[in-house]
This record gives sequence, C-alpha cells and structure tokens, in this order.
Amino acid sequence: MIYLKLFWVFFKIGAFTFGGGYAMLPLVQQEVLQNGWLSNEEIVDFIAISESTPGPFAVNMSTLAGMQTAGIFGAFCATFGVVLPSFIIILLVARIYDRFQSSKVIKGAMLGLKGAVVGLIGAAVISTAISVFGSAVKSINTKEMVTATILLAALGLGIRKKIHPIILIIVSAIVGMVVQGI
Amino acid sequence: MKSNTTLRLFLTFFKIGAFTFGGGYAMIPLIQREVVENKKWLSDKDVSDVVAIAETTPGPIAINAATFVGYKTNGIMGAIASTLGVVLPSFLIISLVALAFKKYMKYEIVANAFWGVRIAVVALMVKALISMFKQCPKNAVSYSVAAIALILVAVFHTNILFIILGAAIVGIIYNQVKAGRNR
Repeated sequence: MIYLKLFWVFFKIGAFTFGGGYAMLPLVQQEVLQNGWLSNEEIVDFIAISESTPGPFAVNMSTLAGMQTAGIFGAFCATFGVVLPSFIIILLVARIYDRFQSSKVIKGAMLGLKGAVVGLIGAAVISTAISVFGSAVKSINTKEMVTATILLAALGLGIRKKIHPIILIIVSAIVGMVVQGI
Repeated sequence: MKSNTTLRLFLTFFKIGAFTFGGGYAMIPLIQREVVENKKWLSDKDVSDVVAIAETTPGPIAINAATFVGYKTNGIMGAIASTLGVVLPSFLIISLVALAFKKYMKYEIVANAFWGVRIAVVALMVKALISMFKQCPKNAVSYSVAAIALILVAVFHTNILFIILGAAIVGIIYNQVKAGRNR
C-alpha cells in the first residue's frame, strides 16, 4: 500500500538524516528514485520550491514528494513519517541531554557522521549535475552549454557575496525563460 | 493556564514556521526572540542546548528544536503543540504549491524557467557541500569516511542507511582508541 510505504520511507529518511536540510537529499534521491516515485528532474525542481517557500526544508520536501506521488493523503503520510523519528528521539533525549551531550559514544558517532555527510552530499551533487547538464552535453547543445556555464559562474559569485538563495533562484528562472524562450 | 501555554506554543511555532525561509538554522534567532525574550519560557542556555541537541540527533533541525522547546516549556502536550505548529504552515502552503506546479508545468515558459532554476539548485547544493566540509573535523579519519562514502554511493550505489551506521561505528571506535592511547 502506497501510503504505508510513503510513511515508512520518509520515517527512515527522518531517522537517518543528520544535520538537517540538504543532508537529507542523498537519502531522498536514493529511496525515492528506487521506488520510482519521482524523476531526478522532479527532485531538483522540488529542492528549488522547498528553498523558496517558508518553513523547514525537510517538511517542504516531504510534503511535495508525498503530494506528487499519492495526493494530499500521501503528503500527510510522508510528512508525518519524516517528523516522527525526531519527535520521539527528542522526547527521549530531553530528560538526559547533559549526559547525552557529554557522552563519548555520541561524540565519536558525530565524528564519523560529519565525514559521511560530506561524502554523501558530494555524491548527490555529482548525480544531480549529471541529470541537469547531461542532456545538453550529450546532444552538444552549444547554446545551453554556454548559458549554463555563464549562469553557474554568476551563481558562484552570488553565493560568495552571500546573496539570498531565493534571489539566486528567481534570477536563474528569469535567465531560463529568456534564453530558452528565444 | 496549562492549556493556555499549549495554545500559545502552537501559535508561536506556527508563526515561526510561516515566516522562516530555509528552515533549521534560520529559525534559531526567531526562537530565541519569541521563546526567551518575549515569552520568557526558557533561558539563553536552553536555546544553545537546543542547537547542540538538534545537531546531534537525527531529523530536521526545525522539528528537533520545536519538539525540545515545547517539551521543556510544557511537557508532552507542549511538544505536540510546537511540532504541529511548525509543520502546519509548510504543509498547507506546499499542498497549494504542488497543485499549481502540476497545472503550470505544462506551459513552456514555466518549463523554461525551471531549466534555469535547476542550475541554481546545483550551485546551492555545492554551497551546502562546502559548508558541511567546513564543519567536518579536520583529520584523516573523517576525510577517509567522506571519500569512502562518496565512492560507495556514486559508484556502487550502496544503501545509505548502511553507510550512516558504518560511519557512526567507525567514529565511535576511533574515539575509544584515541582515548585509550591518551591514558
């Protein structure tokens, strides 16, 4: 049953994401693609939408994925799933958090996990870049390749200047409309 | 009075959920202002504990923070009210946005816009990668774990859950060995 499955997959994503936000993306890509719920392009579109709407990134992403896969009740199941592990774990930890924070086991685990998150996001960047730029490179579409390169350079500069992500997304949307529309 | 606090927690976190973009860390200053300065439910130390706890437990930072603040302020009912409050605005807004996305993606101009937007997403993911890299401990163990995780996922498509568990175990063992050596 799709609803139960959505709940379970997003429960796993909630339980195994450390660092929140973009750290959930490698798991979302792997689990959601494996189930054939969304295409790679849809996931990328949803990242942009999650970034430019208010509220926690992870909640936005789960609601979108659930909605697209199985309508409003699907959205409910995915969101409930991603929230529940946090909720339970925090209730357990809240009483003993001083001991929890100074625990050697937790400190050790975090050391390993911080490294893993870097590698996992690195892999997500590679697979996303392939899906975004793949078709332009394969079909040797010069216009797309040149535009994409210039836009990427401009975005890199924008990020260095600490311009807000939403502005970068809006500017890129306008560039897309103009360049692809001609 | 108790039920009053529960309702006020819900409304406070509903407001926080409705007005922060990017979630997580963007939310902490708002929580600080509402929960410590305005409502005086918690102290400054509690809020810095919120950040530390949210980082070392799995799940979205925003949910961890809301649940923790709610529980500290008003027990289990407070936790439920705050978490529900921070999730609900997203859920409502996104449900509407998802409907619009399905409807308007058919138009060429919208599809063209998303062509540009996807490039922005790649750039933002690289930005996230750089900031995670900066937070990563600067030693051979975490760099090796990063490299192995990357290869396992990108090349061998290994299940990420195993990688997370494996990385945690490697970190714990490393810490124990290091502690043993220092003794």
